[in-house]
Amino acid sequence: MPSTALLLSQAFNGLALGTLLALVASGLTIILGTLGVLNFAHGALFMLGAYAMYVVMAHTGSWLLGLLAGGVFMLVVGVALERVLVRLFYQRPHEDQILVTFGAGIVIVEAVRAYFGGNTKSVPTPSWGQGIVRLGFLFYPTYRLELIGIVAALLFALYLVLYRTSIGLVVRAGIEDARMVGVLGINVRRAFLAVFALGVLAAGAAGMLYAPIVSVQPDMGGSFLVEAFVVIVIGGLGSYPGAVVGGLIAGEIVSLTSAFNTAYSEVMLYAVMALLLVLRPQGLFGSEGRV
Amino acid sequence: MKLGRLVPEAVLTAVLLAAPFVLVHVGFSYDLLERILDWGLIGLGFDLLFGAAGLLSFGQAAFYGTGGFVAAWLLVGHHLASVWLALAAGTLAAGLVGLGVGALAVRRIGIYFTMITLAFCEMGFFLENSPLSAYTGGENGLPGVPVPQLGPWRLTSGLPIYWLLAVLFLAGFVLARRIRHSPFGAVLAAIKGNAARAGQAGHSVPGYKLAVFVIAALYAGLAGGLLGVIQSYMPPDAFSLDTSGQLVVQTIIGGVGTLIGPMVGATVWLWLRDNLQMIPHVGALWKLILGLIFVVLVVALKRGIAGELRHLFTHRRRAAAEAGVPEESTDGAPMPLAAPDLPLRAPLVATRADAPALRAIGVSKFYGGLHAVEDVSFQVRPGAIHAVIGPNGAGKSTLFKMLSEEIAPTAGRVELFGRPITGLGVTRATQLGIGKSNQLNQLFLDLSVTENIRLAALARARGRFRTDLWRGADSIPAVERQVALATATVGLTHRAAVPVQVLPYGEKRRLEIGIALATGANVLLLDEPLAGMSPAERVATRALVREIARGRTVLIVEHDMDAIFELAECITVLYEGRKLAEGTPEEIQRNQAVQDAYLGGLHEHEPA
Repeated sequence: MPSTALLLSQAFNGLALGTLLALVASGLTIILGTLGVLNFAHGALFMLGAYAMYVVMAHTGSWLLGLLAGGVFMLVVGVALERVLVRLFYQRPHEDQILVTFGAGIVIVEAVRAYFGGNTKSVPTPSWGQGIVRLGFLFYPTYRLELIGIVAALLFALYLVLYRTSIGLVVRAGIEDARMVGVLGINVRRAFLAVFALGVLAAGAAGMLYAPIVSVQPDMGGSFLVEAFVVIVIGGLGSYPGAVVGGLIAGEIVSLTSAFNTAYSEVMLYAVMALLLVLRPQGLFGSEGRV
Repeated sequence: MKLGRLVPEAVLTAVLLAAPFVLVHVGFSYDLLERILDWGLIGLGFDLLFGAAGLLSFGQAAFYGTGGFVAAWLLVGHHLASVWLALAAGTLAAGLVGLGVGALAVRRIGIYFTMITLAFCEMGFFLENSPLSAYTGGENGLPGVPVPQLGPWRLTSGLPIYWLLAVLFLAGFVLARRIRHSPFGAVLAAIKGNAARAGQAGHSVPGYKLAVFVIAALYAGLAGGLLGVIQSYMPPDAFSLDTSGQLVVQTIIGGVGTLIGPMVGATVWLWLRDNLQMIPHVGALWKLILGLIFVVLVVALKRGIAGELRHLFTHRRRAAAEAGVPEESTDGAPMPLAAPDLPLRAPLVATRADAPALRAIGVSKFYGGLHAVEDVSFQVRPGAIHAVIGPNGAGKSTLFKMLSEEIAPTAGRVELFGRPITGLGVTRATQLGIGKSNQLNQLFLDLSVTENIRLAALARARGRFRTDLWRGADSIPAVERQVALATATVGLTHRAAVPVQVLPYGEKRRLEIGIALATGANVLLLDEPLAGMSPAERVATRALVREIARGRTVLIVEHDMDAIFELAECITVLYEGRKLAEGTPEEIQRNQAVQDAYLGGLHEHEPA
């Protein structure tokens, strides 16, 4: 049995990982819930966000500028991707949507590899995030601690957009019945564009924020994509609260399992998902037969 | 089997024989050819799964890795001396893992299916990498996999191993092609086209999906075992996500649904990788270019390399066949045969001699507070034409869906010849002898008229599930007679070879009835068979319904009152989910409540 101190610090690590997964998965889930498209390019977009931060940090050294410029860049990428590609696929089978976003992901990853090369880039931690904080029971890197707060703020902002604005109302209504929303005379196409761009922004923001603490290289998005899938399967497809809670649960599963046996940390995540598929296939917050 | 049908096998044999002597001059080493065939072998299974059945799996690497590591572990650890036995064991292990993963995955459709396969693939990767690393070598893989011994020959690397791969690939191709053209393969195509109708026709959709999932896993397992043999080393990246992704890309580029496509795609991928990597500036770009090609192929719905080639060869033949189709006579009348005696019928098992053909007992369906159907009871005399009428929203289609077991009633039950069928589900109910033609056409649009009707007849001949992988789909004489008779009955014989999507609406409507008929049902539910038909077509279809009713019980929902009063011997009237009245056409016409609720309103506002 591991010590209480270890368990506590692992639980804290789980919170940090969980908020990251929640942010990545929330972008995935609002796109899926509203547009019905499972975005296989989401991992590549996460990676693109990290590279955006790398480029701005390398030229200006400003974290805040990186976040702002990166955010604008991700919105542009999201709009372009929706207009050029994803829009053509709303009426096509799910399999085609998966294939085309998967292909778009390959193109993004390989374009980055062609331009930046395949080796790992390091992104410096911002000045206010350097050092280590003593939390009583454990020492924790300052930036990671701050990240938990920043991501929580972003998730709350996303909550406000989804639940307190008219575009959010359209999005949530679109999750229930996109055609009906269109019949009501609401410009669904523009709402879809906004949702897709917002989802891409969420993936990109996660990439930007975590660029200083993960190794930035073209293939970094792959495993996050799959973990985000697991999160939304746990939370329920298309459910925003499901993505947040599912992300936190997934983070804790991985971290707490590794307190007992590191070898099984990732495996346990998939085992829990398999169990949930048997016992509650619609996920924690999903409703039966929505997607 | 006609010799002409063996052309693909003959061409493939010639290509495999010539490849090591010809292709070596254009940058193909033996090793490269072996790896292409290995990818092609997983691809055969994947193309059955995705190309034939429409199930997009991103998890094939899990089975590839399982087959590879089980075989390699058995050999490297000296648990088995025979490479052949180790390959068989690896293949079997992959099949078992496929059975487990598939049992979870095929419960869900579309994106869920794909995500689950992907997640289990990643789980396999992590299992190999850490908890099982004592057996698998973890990140190092397993070196020292021996080559097989065939009689006096050691199949050493180079040409001998190439011949092994070539023989196995050819055998795998022959089997996969037989599967595609077997009754089993016909059901897979139907599941891809319209899974709901395949189930409604009496096929166990989950059973077939799971079976093809396991078949694909077996192919991947064998290929995985061979990978270790080819390289004398089992690499851990067999389990990686990139392996699954690469397979998908190769399949789309090579041509999905062609069986050979994944191998063609692998040829392009691996040749580019091996030959462009050396060239400066271009080396890093080949994957980007392939990615762009992939996206364009998906966007433009292109067929891929092998698909385009096949299209080139078969297009002219098919165009000629379609041009030769006689146009329908102008009145659109089908020519029903006299009382169709279909050879394949559901067995008539009545629990009592006087049991009604169909009986609803207090059947209700509530959607939250909405009572779509409430406490409806009625029975249908064997051999009768019984009509259910009522204004729009009366609950007729909901009632029909409960009678055919497509949806479960909230309360009440349904008996077919005295036998309770509630809770069995539509597939089992169909197998027991209830058939339904739907209000909205549920057809297999990419298949021909014959293939549509055959699918229903196959369910009657073969039951819910059967793995007859080797025989031809059109090789069961009773099925073919059933198809010919049912096609003739609905007047579509002249359209037999035409893809359904080009049929005019009236013919599609008749095909909808033809599929229900060909299930060999004793009780046939027709949900608005006349909807959307021209007056001339209506006359002909009325005659068709009367013809069909000879020798089976017919329950019909229809808004065409003239047709109902002419055809039905008994009419049940639904109004706002409840039974309002029941009786002969004369009684219903005289019934004041019916006139108030329905007929009056109809004549005033809604000319039939």
